[in-house]
Amino acid sequence: MASSAIAPTSAHFINNKELSLSALSPSSPSISVQRCKRTAKMSKKISSVMSPQQFERKPATTGSVKTGMTMTEKILARASEKSQLRPGENVWVNVDVLMTHDVCGPGSFAIFKKEFGHDAKVWDRKKIVIIPDHYIFTSDELANRNVDILRDFSIEQNIKYFYDIKDLSNFKANTDYKGVCHIALAQEGHCRPGEVLLGTDSHTCTAGAFGQFATGIGITDAGFVLGAGKLLLKVPPTLRFVMDGEMPDYVLAKDLILQIIGEISVSGATYKAMEFLGTTVESLSMEERMTLCNMVIEAGGKNGVVPADSTTFKYLEDKTSVPYEPVYSDAQARYLSEYRFDISKLEPLVAKPHSPDNRALARECKDVKIDRVYIGSCTGGKTEDFFAAAKVFLASGKKVKVPTFLVPATQKVWMDVYTLLVPGSGGKTCSQIFEEAGCDTPASPTCGACMGGPRDTYARLNEPQAS
Amino acid sequence: MAASLSISPNPSFTSPPKISHPLSPLPHSFKFPATTPQTPINSLSLRPPRASFAAPRAAVSQSSSSFSSDATATFHGVCYVVGDNIDTDQIIPAEYLTLVPSNPAEYEKLGSYALCGLPSTYATRFVEPGEIKSKYSIVIGGANFGCGSSREHAPVSLGAAGTAAVVAESYARIFFRNSVATGEVYPLESEARICEECRTGDVITIELGKSRLINHTTGKEYKLKPIGDAGPVIEAGGIFAYARKTGMIPSRSA
Repeated sequence: MASSAIAPTSAHFINNKELSLSALSPSSPSISVQRCKRTAKMSKKISSVMSPQQFERKPATTGSVKTGMTMTEKILARASEKSQLRPGENVWVNVDVLMTHDVCGPGSFAIFKKEFGHDAKVWDRKKIVIIPDHYIFTSDELANRNVDILRDFSIEQNIKYFYDIKDLSNFKANTDYKGVCHIALAQEGHCRPGEVLLGTDSHTCTAGAFGQFATGIGITDAGFVLGAGKLLLKVPPTLRFVMDGEMPDYVLAKDLILQIIGEISVSGATYKAMEFLGTTVESLSMEERMTLCNMVIEAGGKNGVVPADSTTFKYLEDKTSVPYEPVYSDAQARYLSEYRFDISKLEPLVAKPHSPDNRALARECKDVKIDRVYIGSCTGGKTEDFFAAAKVFLASGKKVKVPTFLVPATQKVWMDVYTLLVPGSGGKTCSQIFEEAGCDTPASPTCGACMGGPRDTYARLNEPQAS
Repeated sequence: MAASLSISPNPSFTSPPKISHPLSPLPHSFKFPATTPQTPINSLSLRPPRASFAAPRAAVSQSSSSFSSDATATFHGVCYVVGDNIDTDQIIPAEYLTLVPSNPAEYEKLGSYALCGLPSTYATRFVEPGEIKSKYSIVIGGANFGCGSSREHAPVSLGAAGTAAVVAESYARIFFRNSVATGEVYPLESEARICEECRTGDVITIELGKSRLINHTTGKEYKLKPIGDAGPVIEAGGIFAYARKTGMIPSRSA
């Protein structure tokens, strides 16, 4: 449980006079420095200058290492064409990928046109990814119109990556349609180590699982990026979360992040980067790492990162031909604070209403009656999430007692639910197991009722159901 | 542009200041010697909110807020008080995100739904049923105001309802940034926890130049976090104006 902080040695936080934008952040440099002055010793593994590097890599992609930098600082340094960055600096960052969707795309496009001109062209038609996913399977006219706006803009601008849907009655008839943007971004190869990804959605931080900088922005910022290809960002200080030990049965990445949020609260990482490492994190699959980074925003975080490794590279093998260059935190990188967890002692957790930091052990809630179950969304609607649910049904052998809704995040997840065999099930697919357990039929891939959306959204609860 | 909004008096303050605080303060229980600073805002714009959207904000001059354009800008009006962790889903529920802020009619509608996601324990509603605007031009909140989903519709809906400023103990990052980028509302930070001491309906004056908030109803004065060096971006009038000024993007042909 040792925790320590190594301070930035200099108060040189805001040195970019020309572009200083301290107004965008309520964090006060001077206070940060003061608080961090107690330069405690980091754990041996990571702080000792003498400790050998764990794997071979180029010293620094951003030039010679004068002062150690974290992954997040390095990615932003490269993207801003600087050799050195410190937390608190405001820099113009070149964007590798901008993602938007049906809720924020129309507003972003309107601002882009107003500010850059009606005939303006986007900065790079190949770096913009447009993913309708939020309000799709609805008869709501405004929602339908917004998808039309995405299509018109994509055609007009010749956007390379637009995952269109036209036939709402059968999602499978839309070969381009994917589903939930954060999962689709990964599955379609748009998440790459070392890059900068911005999206008009708070859960854009999911992509940090690939060792990249990914964060959510508003539609005015997105309108700016559409035209300029860059954005002014403040370099966040990093919180370091070291998780070691083997994950006990039924513990998933969701439990790891709920444990962390329970410790630091829903504002504990506001304006900060969260870096996840340790043997537990190394053992996680890409989907699990995405779950971990997905909920960084639930702690208020700006971004989350997991160092890229062989798991990352393998996942990317058949997904992208774009060259990428991963970066890693220097051994002497400075962190605002460090948290250590022995995951082998962790139990399955839940976040009780109405806050993600209202943490409790699952077994403490075993007598709480639930009214309905929803499995889906960017956090919980991936293939491995459905496998985990199927295993619980298999282990219990019982039928559900309350309405249970299943919303695969993307077409690919939907296919997996219907085709992949669950180990130890005697050759059954997830969909068969869910059907035998009495769940609702897996629905069309979309953000669905997690986001709420129009009243006719599948599984949306339109009347209070208090218990 | 939106500089000179006339000082329109707020409507009657007859409604009894009754507000509950159902959201208790966050239990910041750190097991670890955490060094997470709950740091203050260090600078804010002295300029009036700026229209990021074509028509809407400029068309809001009938707004119940009042402010002037110089460094001595003041806001005067009645306040609406909320608690901690007011997330963007309470500010503007997801079902209304089909509305596109750049469309003037839809912008106005967003305003009419502002803060409608607050639980029914908030007996006094921010926007009265059937109304388009709120009579409260100042919103006072607790910690972590605007957390949750990154929807820019949140500060937009507050601005569209006629809110000039939010005064909170602290903000979630994206809400703060969206407020600045759009110029819809001033996200001000208080030094004290004034959401416990102000009541919905209190008459408030905010003097930006003096970093001061005066509650005329209770007669108390509060310090706001000092307005440090106003960022050049806000100074220029938002991210687009700044980029034009510095030649990053070409000037718009008029």
